[in-house]
Amino acid sequence: MYTLPSKLKLFSIIIMVLGLAGITYGFLTAPKTIEDVKEIMAEQDAHHGGEHAVEAHGEEEHTANFVDVARGEEGYSEAAMEHATDLKPEGHGSASHEEHVLHQLQTRPWSATFVAAFFFLMIALGVLVFYAIQYASQAGWSPVLYRIMEGITTYLLPGSIIVFLIVVFAGTHFFPWQNEELVAGDKILQGKSGYLNFPFFVIRAVIYLLGWNLYRHFSRKNSLAQADANNYDPYRKNFKLSVFFLIFFIVTEATMSWDWFMSMTPHWYSTLFPWYVFASMFVSAITVIALVTIYLKSRGLIPFVSDKHLHDLAKYMFAFSIFWTYLWFSQFMLIWYANIPEEVTYFIIRIQEYKLLFFGMLILNFVFPILVLMNSDYKRVPWFVVIAAVFILVGHYVDIFLLVMPSTVGHNWYFGIPEIAALLFFMGLFIFVVGTGLGKVSLRPKNDPFIKESENYHF
Amino acid sequence: MASKKIHAIYTDDDLLMQAVKQTRAANYHISEVFTPFPVHGLDHAVGLAPTRIAITSFLYGLTGLSVAVLMLNYIMIEDWPQNIGGKPSFTFYQNMPAFIPVMFELTVFFAAHLMVITFYMRSKLWPFKKAENPDLRTTDDHFLMEVDAENHDVEKLTKFLYDTGASEISLIENEQDH
Repeated sequence: MYTLPSKLKLFSIIIMVLGLAGITYGFLTAPKTIEDVKEIMAEQDAHHGGEHAVEAHGEEEHTANFVDVARGEEGYSEAAMEHATDLKPEGHGSASHEEHVLHQLQTRPWSATFVAAFFFLMIALGVLVFYAIQYASQAGWSPVLYRIMEGITTYLLPGSIIVFLIVVFAGTHFFPWQNEELVAGDKILQGKSGYLNFPFFVIRAVIYLLGWNLYRHFSRKNSLAQADANNYDPYRKNFKLSVFFLIFFIVTEATMSWDWFMSMTPHWYSTLFPWYVFASMFVSAITVIALVTIYLKSRGLIPFVSDKHLHDLAKYMFAFSIFWTYLWFSQFMLIWYANIPEEVTYFIIRIQEYKLLFFGMLILNFVFPILVLMNSDYKRVPWFVVIAAVFILVGHYVDIFLLVMPSTVGHNWYFGIPEIAALLFFMGLFIFVVGTGLGKVSLRPKNDPFIKESENYHF
Repeated sequence: MASKKIHAIYTDDDLLMQAVKQTRAANYHISEVFTPFPVHGLDHAVGLAPTRIAITSFLYGLTGLSVAVLMLNYIMIEDWPQNIGGKPSFTFYQNMPAFIPVMFELTVFFAAHLMVITFYMRSKLWPFKKAENPDLRTTDDHFLMEVDAENHDVEKLTKFLYDTGASEISLIENEQDH
């Protein structure tokens, strides 16, 4: 039986309070009028003036040329961006530059909160999917990890409610298609309004919320009932439940990623986008299972989990890091090669304004895991796995950051108080909820039909 | 020099695994084991050194990657730059996204093929080679463990192997070592 140590509990509460203060600060200090924006811009000009001016300008020119060079056409990227009304949620041409900046600066605290909130939600959700896969495939190696996975998915309920509230109340901060004026003057958005309209959007979000949480509730209930049962009925029920959940999940995951991420730029589309989000979700989730397992193992609470289980988790981390890169590259190369104006805007803004994060993410999510975890023996060394885990988690936070920020705040991004505070708050909440969730029952799933095989698992 | 060997035949892979462990624990030397399929964990039980084929595979992969880079650079950039879909063809890094699939495929191709060839060479296998199994049934459903009987009491060893569950035991005397 695990109890959240009081020091860790205190730590999580402190960072939650700090985070909450920071998030509030972010919302309160967001500029309210155009005058505020003008002041900020004047300040920035003064700051960037002088010696930096030439250097900054040179760099800008260089990055702007990326697409022009690829296209062999001067001014191509500029023209494409000009028509990308997606990135100007208040409408094209109707608003001044200041109004545009004001909108983005007001969006920033929303985006910062959403990035962190979704990052931790997707960890809990990914673990739930991994858990369902273990049941549906009747895996023999993993039952020793069931209670750990269930502990992590405790976060699903609070996490999903917070994300639900954010996406429902964010309005035009995130979703330009909710701006009626914009839609009125946009044929493409009118064509999409059968799907992208507010009531249906909320209904879909409610369905996701209910479906995911109901599966989590009943699978946990059956899993606990199995410990006291004389037969395998609860296990059989869980098997069926998991199969249906996986079908439900893969559909809702696709629509969720369209709703919450792709519709931030409603003109842009990519058919493998849901898979891409899923890959990010899944690899982060498995990484967190590995981290929690290593933590509990180091406290001597799970003697029945051996380094063989850790080896398998590390294999999954390795494999899904490559899977993520494969999807990332597939999406990138097709868009890069075709170079169609309405598609390529997605990468133009990410490469021009977020160059370091965009390419740094590839190193964190692909190069480091592949080098650290390639050797078979290293996958059983806890601190090696922890190093890889830190790279992967940071990398996938950046990934979510890059899904949201360029589409919502554009070039007015900065990694400052709102972002750090949101990260702290949700990390604190995650530690607190998961720690409490892990502590409720014995960590050894008694009576599971495969528990003996799992404990004796070796290869 | 004559060498004495005992061939013990088993009918089950679990039985074989157990017998291998017991035989090694009793300080007999197992010179070879013949099985119809790879038995999981047998190499470890017999006490073979861990395979180094993973390291060669990594090196072959790097070779393949380098070949791909050099080849593409020569073909597409230096020798005959082509305008495909309006993509730049004057530097390697600008064109790299289009080259990555080729680089990946050649990495896998080199790693896989050279690894198989290495495996054949290490196992001394080549086309038309005469099979070395002492008993044809090891290609079907029997498992054969070959134990050195040179410096041991054959009676005692036979009794021991019989107790480990061998279904058939035969003494083989060769004129010379091969």
